[in-house]
This record gives sequence, C-alpha cells and structure tokens, in this order.
Amino acid sequence: MNETLGYILIVIGLVFNFFGCIGLIRFPDIYSRLQASAKCVTLGTCGILFGLFIFKGFTAVGVKALLCMLFIILTAPVSAHALARGAYRSGVKPWEGTIIDEYSEDIKK
Amino acid sequence: MKRMRYILGLTAILFIASAILFLPVPSALKWQSEFLGRALLWLLFAAFLCLYRVLRGPTAPDRAVAIDMLGILIVGFCAILSIATGRDWYIDIGIAWALQSFIGIMALSKYLEGKDFDE
Repeated sequence: MNETLGYILIVIGLVFNFFGCIGLIRFPDIYSRLQASAKCVTLGTCGILFGLFIFKGFTAVGVKALLCMLFIILTAPVSAHALARGAYRSGVKPWEGTIIDEYSEDIKK
Repeated sequence: MKRMRYILGLTAILFIASAILFLPVPSALKWQSEFLGRALLWLLFAAFLCLYRVLRGPTAPDRAVAIDMLGILIVGFCAILSIATGRDWYIDIGIAWALQSFIGIMALSKYLEGKDFDE
C-alpha cells in the first residue's frame, strides 16, 4: 500500500517536472518562463520527496526528505521573485504582447 | 519557418520521451525495479531541456532561471537515486545542493540588479 502511494506521488512529480521544463523552453520571455517553471518544478520535486517520505516512513531518510521539502517550499518562491526583480531592474523588457505592466509605473515614482 | 521549428522540436521531444518510456532499460540502471531507472532517465531528459535554455537564452537572467530550475531538478534526482540504490546519504547531497543553489541564485540576482551586496 505504502509503495503504491509512493510510486503514484513520484509519477506525479516526474510529470510536473517535465511540464515545467517544457514551459522553460516554450514561453516567450523571462517572466512567463519564471511563472511556468518555478511553480511546476517546485511542486514536482516536492512530490518526489514526499513520495520518498511515504516509502521510508519516519526513519532518518524520511525525515530528511520532509525537511528538504520544507526548505524547497520556503526558498524557491524567494529566489524566483528575486530573479524577476533583478531581471526587471537590469533592463530586460517584457514580451511585446504584455497587456499590463504596473511595476514600471511603480519604479517611476 | 516558425511552424517548421515547432513541429521539429515536438517530434524530437515525443521521440525521446517514448524511447525512455518503452525501450528496455540499460542494465546499469536496474537496481531494484525498472521503474526507478526509467524515472532517472526521465529526469535526465528534463535536465537536458533546461541545459538547452542555458545554451540559447537570449539574456543573462534567462540563463539564471534555467540554472535555478536545474538545481531543484537535481534535488529530485538525488531523492530517486537514494531510493534506487538504497544508500541513505544521497538525500544529504540533495539538501546541501538545495542550500547551495539558493545562496548562489540570491547572489546572482543581486548582481543582475546592479547593487552592492550589503543592501
């Protein structure tokens, strides 16, 4: 039972990882790439680590996997936001089909 | 021309993905079950897709995003490797890699922003 649940979680994680990398290739500018890939890859890797936790239970490896999952959930959005801000401040323009860009008005003030 | 490139990339990705899913696993990757070997190959394929963006990103932040994603992918790779081989210290490598990648990306984004590090 535990093994089946762990395998299912690992498969979900692998699929999300793959879709995140497809988004990283396919989207037109850096902001939409961040939008696609940061969330997908974070969720996918957390799925794999949670599957490892389901496999092993409350042993040393399982608790380490849970801790690693918590760390990734905490740090991945921080690094994605820092990268988006750094990219905007360094002068990378958004894609020309962008409808609204409120951050530029915010910088001018 | 654009549609041509789209179809070419789609067929290449579908071809490699079906090869990973349906071809027999190489004997070096059969530790406990065939599924884990296929999962490792699948993650390697995703990492190569990230490396494509590192090679051909038009700007520097694109490459930084791809490197960030690559770091998180490697953590999952270490987790699957720890199940497959039964050695527990691979997950320690994963934790260390996540920490290192986070610090590196924060420093890189500050550098892209063009400010000093102590701000």
